[in-house]
Amino acid sequence: MGTKKVSPIFYIIVIIMAICFFIFHTIPFMQGIFYSFTNWKGYGSWDFVGLNNYLQLFKDPDILGAYSFTFIFAIITTILVNVLSLVIACALNAKIHFNGFLKAVYFLPYMLGNLMIGFIFNYIFANIVPQIGKNLGIEALSVNILGTENAMWGIIFVTVWASCAFNTLIYTAGLKSISSDIYEAAAIDGAIGIKRFSNITFPLLATSFTINVVLSVKGFLMVYDQIMAMTNGGPGMETTSIAVLIYKRGFTGGQFAYQSANAVILFVIVATISILQLRFLEKREAKYND
Amino acid sequence: MISEKKNWPITILLIICMIIFILIPLYMVVIIAIKDPSDMIHVLSFPKELRLQNFVDAWVKTDYPVKFINTAIITIITLIFTLPLNSFTAYAIVRSQDKSKFFKFIYYYFLSAMFIPFSVIMLPLVIQASNFNLDNIWGISFLYIIFGLPMNCFLYSGAIKNLPLSLEEAAMIDGASILKTFWSIVFPLLKPMSATVAILSFMWTWNDFTMPLVLLTEESQQTLQLAQYVFKSQFSVDYNLAFASYTMVLLPILIVYIFAQKYIIASVSAGSVKG
Repeated sequence: MGTKKVSPIFYIIVIIMAICFFIFHTIPFMQGIFYSFTNWKGYGSWDFVGLNNYLQLFKDPDILGAYSFTFIFAIITTILVNVLSLVIACALNAKIHFNGFLKAVYFLPYMLGNLMIGFIFNYIFANIVPQIGKNLGIEALSVNILGTENAMWGIIFVTVWASCAFNTLIYTAGLKSISSDIYEAAAIDGAIGIKRFSNITFPLLATSFTINVVLSVKGFLMVYDQIMAMTNGGPGMETTSIAVLIYKRGFTGGQFAYQSANAVILFVIVATISILQLRFLEKREAKYND
Repeated sequence: MISEKKNWPITILLIICMIIFILIPLYMVVIIAIKDPSDMIHVLSFPKELRLQNFVDAWVKTDYPVKFINTAIITIITLIFTLPLNSFTAYAIVRSQDKSKFFKFIYYYFLSAMFIPFSVIMLPLVIQASNFNLDNIWGISFLYIIFGLPMNCFLYSGAIKNLPLSLEEAAMIDGASILKTFWSIVFPLLKPMSATVAILSFMWTWNDFTMPLVLLTEESQQTLQLAQYVFKSQFSVDYNLAFASYTMVLLPILIVYIFAQKYIIASVSAGSVKG
């Protein structure tokens, strides 16, 4: 072919799609940034207020509370999900019976949707866990933990339950790609058990690990559905994540501009963390792949 | 070296965890759905008598048929348009980006949008959507098609780069137009990636809660997920009714999963390893 000219139809489709994307994704994004420098309530008139919203954010206990909840939640959940998924994936990858069936059931939670999962566990925490807690004499579990200061652990449990499915799938795919020759060679060198895992298996899972950690952190920083289904941010402000706060105050609290500033900060944080993680973990991958 | 002996202890451990953490909660959903409220002393026991009235009540109360059809329309429209439009966009970008900087720029434009969380654009989007009358099931389908672009372009362009150019060139020499070449040669070759995109889009539109919550304020436009949230306060006194309703929301997706389980698992892992 060797022709240097791009067909007009390629221009047409790409320009149409790019314009649609620009209007409904990029413009709202820029509007959000624009409004974050105003005092708009979501209705009525507005004025520019400069950096005022941003300065307010750093002094607002509700905002700081939401950020600390979201960060603690995201860190704990990412660690738990990845450790558990790795364990489940290794178990599923062993020479087990009913291999296909077990894999299918362990992946099932991925299909259910966070809202439904939240509703189901809402009932379990309110009615079943307290009974078990009373029977076992564990005081912390004998009440509905979603109504106490331990509510975060309820949300963490449900999120881990829902997220392990996807992460396990990625790790099993990674484990499958490790050839048995490597293990045989390692066995000759005396690497078995934990040593085999930490010296061979885990480094070779670097790509899967990158995918899982980056997607986990990004997803958990935006946690929303489960909270709306289980605690609605309560008790008090105990489990109000950043996304929940933006929704609640932005739409009904008359804080459109203020929460837009909050959203801009969330964007900066999520983008920075994702990019840093990718950089760091890709370097680590490259080191192990050499 | 590879021994054929299967590992029973790990199998049993996996089965026990599966029963406690996955099967019992799901069993509980169904068993509560078919019980009478007076039969709830032992939650997990079999019902004294089967009560299907819960399903009838939930069906009527949440207006299930309307919500089901709304959700199905959104999902189907999104799939029908997403697959050809997003794959052709990716095709145009991949085949032109060496010749024109414009296409390269668009590719990175879409990619960078993946770093913007939905909650960041949520507030202004609601205003923008109502300006364009998109706060209904047709509008939200349009938004799903557009918002899926970055991820799907990324997935498709990976697959397109691996296609041999020779087939397309042969078709062009025979005088086939670009559209015809794409439709009859390239698109069929992209089938595995289309399966992945289709499954991910289906999961997204069927289970999404946030976008319907902020956009579909009118009751006649609500989706199944949103209806569960809206009726939460009415359900709170009657768990049997609530779980009958949840069962009816989960059932379609469970049926799909039972029949397409192998395919779904393979597609999702293919998509994310490339993604």
